[in-house]
Amino acid sequence: MKVELQHLTKIFPSRDKKGKDVVAVSDFTFSIPDGELIGLLGPSGCGKSTTLYMLSGLEKPTGGKIFFGDDDVTDLPAENRGVGLVFQNYALYPHLTVEQNIRFPLENRKGVGKLTKAQIAEKVLEAAKLVQIDGLLHRKPSELSGGQQQRVAIARALVKMPKVLLLDEPLSNLDARLRLQTREEIRRIQKKTGITTVFVTHDQEEAMSISDRIVVMCAGVLQQIGKPQEVYDDPVNLFVAKFLGTPPINMFRGRVEGEQLFIGGDAVLRVPGVRDGVVSVGIRPEGFIPEEDGPLLCKLHNVEVMGRDVSIVAENDAAEAPLIRAIIQSDTRLNRQADTVRFRLKPHKVLLFEPETGARLRFGEEERHG
Amino acid sequence: MDNRSWKGWLYLLPALCFLGAFLVYPLMDVFIYSVEEGYNSASQTYFGVGLYNFSYVLHDTYFLQALKNTFILVIITVPLSTGIALLISAALASVRKLRELFQTVFFLPYVTNTLAVGLVFMILFKKTPYSDGLMNLLLGLFGAGPVDFIDGPYWAKMFVLCFYTVWVVMPFKILILTSALASVSQTYYNAARVDGTGRLRMFTKITLPMISPSIFYLVITGFIGAFKAYSDAVALFGTDLNAAGMNTIVGYVYDMLYGNSGGYPSYASAAAIVLFVIVLTITCINLLVSRKHVHYV
Repeated sequence: MKVELQHLTKIFPSRDKKGKDVVAVSDFTFSIPDGELIGLLGPSGCGKSTTLYMLSGLEKPTGGKIFFGDDDVTDLPAENRGVGLVFQNYALYPHLTVEQNIRFPLENRKGVGKLTKAQIAEKVLEAAKLVQIDGLLHRKPSELSGGQQQRVAIARALVKMPKVLLLDEPLSNLDARLRLQTREEIRRIQKKTGITTVFVTHDQEEAMSISDRIVVMCAGVLQQIGKPQEVYDDPVNLFVAKFLGTPPINMFRGRVEGEQLFIGGDAVLRVPGVRDGVVSVGIRPEGFIPEEDGPLLCKLHNVEVMGRDVSIVAENDAAEAPLIRAIIQSDTRLNRQADTVRFRLKPHKVLLFEPETGARLRFGEEERHG
Repeated sequence: MDNRSWKGWLYLLPALCFLGAFLVYPLMDVFIYSVEEGYNSASQTYFGVGLYNFSYVLHDTYFLQALKNTFILVIITVPLSTGIALLISAALASVRKLRELFQTVFFLPYVTNTLAVGLVFMILFKKTPYSDGLMNLLLGLFGAGPVDFIDGPYWAKMFVLCFYTVWVVMPFKILILTSALASVSQTYYNAARVDGTGRLRMFTKITLPMISPSIFYLVITGFIGAFKAYSDAVALFGTDLNAAGMNTIVGYVYDMLYGNSGGYPSYASAAAIVLFVIVLTITCINLLVSRKHVHYV
């Protein structure tokens, strides 16, 4: 089912009369192709959960429209919308067994769609098998681990074959190892069922790793939509650049003179097409190449070895954070005893931004794509 | 006994002393009185030991009347008051405006004196040579004849007593149920809504099981409270409850001890033991039933 949001807006009125209204989601327009897995990504309070609740029908939008396929569902109550929703805390009914929990949505059906007991049992088992909890059907939620509860919640959302599956921070209550496992699981289930899925997260790694497309939000405003790699490589503004990537992008104060980028006193890169002036420079950790005669001079702080790659922690007076971090392959030769280190920069890992607005300043487009 | 459990008992000692002195000892004493035949409290003498007191009490028409009254009261008021309290609490939970005002209004009877409330009920229901009372005025509007609720037929008096009891116990139940309902997380309702659950099903399949421990608590304490009813009847019908035919078991015990026909601690004790056994039995049945229907999470 294709899902389309048109100018979706949600304004929460302020509690007292003097306070300002809170714009949770502002003029949100995008469309989700059928069968895709979309990650709604943003820091907490950016309106991503509100967007999800509006999709589910639990929140009524203040303005705008929502379409499922060709149907306008904006005013359709949650009961009739046919979505599956997995809550952050799973919201499994504690007094019902796993089987009764999964069965619950099916038993709500009346009239034409009503199922016989045998049909219900079959569907429940099918859903339970899909998430691999068919051995736990007679347990109560309190007797399950976090990961198992999560699976039950997904099974309950899937059993009615929803048009759209919505997941609200589905992994935030799991430990690190389980989180990795479960996100693969969600991906697998989504691919297998082909249900259009929207999931909300504040963890960019999570979103990047399993989404077909990510939607980055900030303060209720849509920042960028795209394939994870595209958004990472080509962020539209400073916020998106800073929000994506671990370790985070390294920020420097820089200036451009005659199409030459300076960080501190070092002329580090040619930036054709950028006007002279002060700029914010973002350099991805993987954008540094240590070289004897590299243009960017930094004080070497220490070197962290992490097996596959090595992380160089250094200092630079022009950097916005006290320490900058460069990631290089572990087989790169490096004098660890030196006081300083010099880097050459990979041009496509260097991103320039307008210091005030945070808007992206692009350079050398034709060179890069040519 | 190892050192640790010895310490444990030491810590429990104060509580055990009080429980023993004020609960266990009186209970045993009542039991002893109940089997002492012809006990005279002035001379502290008795003829012998046996079950005659029980036989007397169980054949006493006043006791049987009291037993019947109490059972009717229990069977009508406990389910009714719990049910109505549940409806009111559920309604309170769904209103936004004036919720606090309503909560205060519903809680007021709880802080009002039983006898004062009884007086008000008497004025509402009593028929005097000068006035038929407010309730009869209302009945008259529907073309029903005046009924003397206070000194009239048995069913009318029982109606007033039940009405009054339900009204008096309601605030506490509403208080408990309101907080129980408030503690049910909204996400369960959200989850149910997304799954297309109807309102009634949501109430019976989610709300009720989730607040079942509170309901169970109210039913148990409600049963016990109703079995021990006495002051309510006095407030409405005066102290001579036997004459009014509205006595309760506790009323009978009181009469046997201090009433006009009183001075029989043995009969009173026997009646008290009968009440104890009834309450114990009902509570055990409740506990058994609750195992299946009450969900502690």
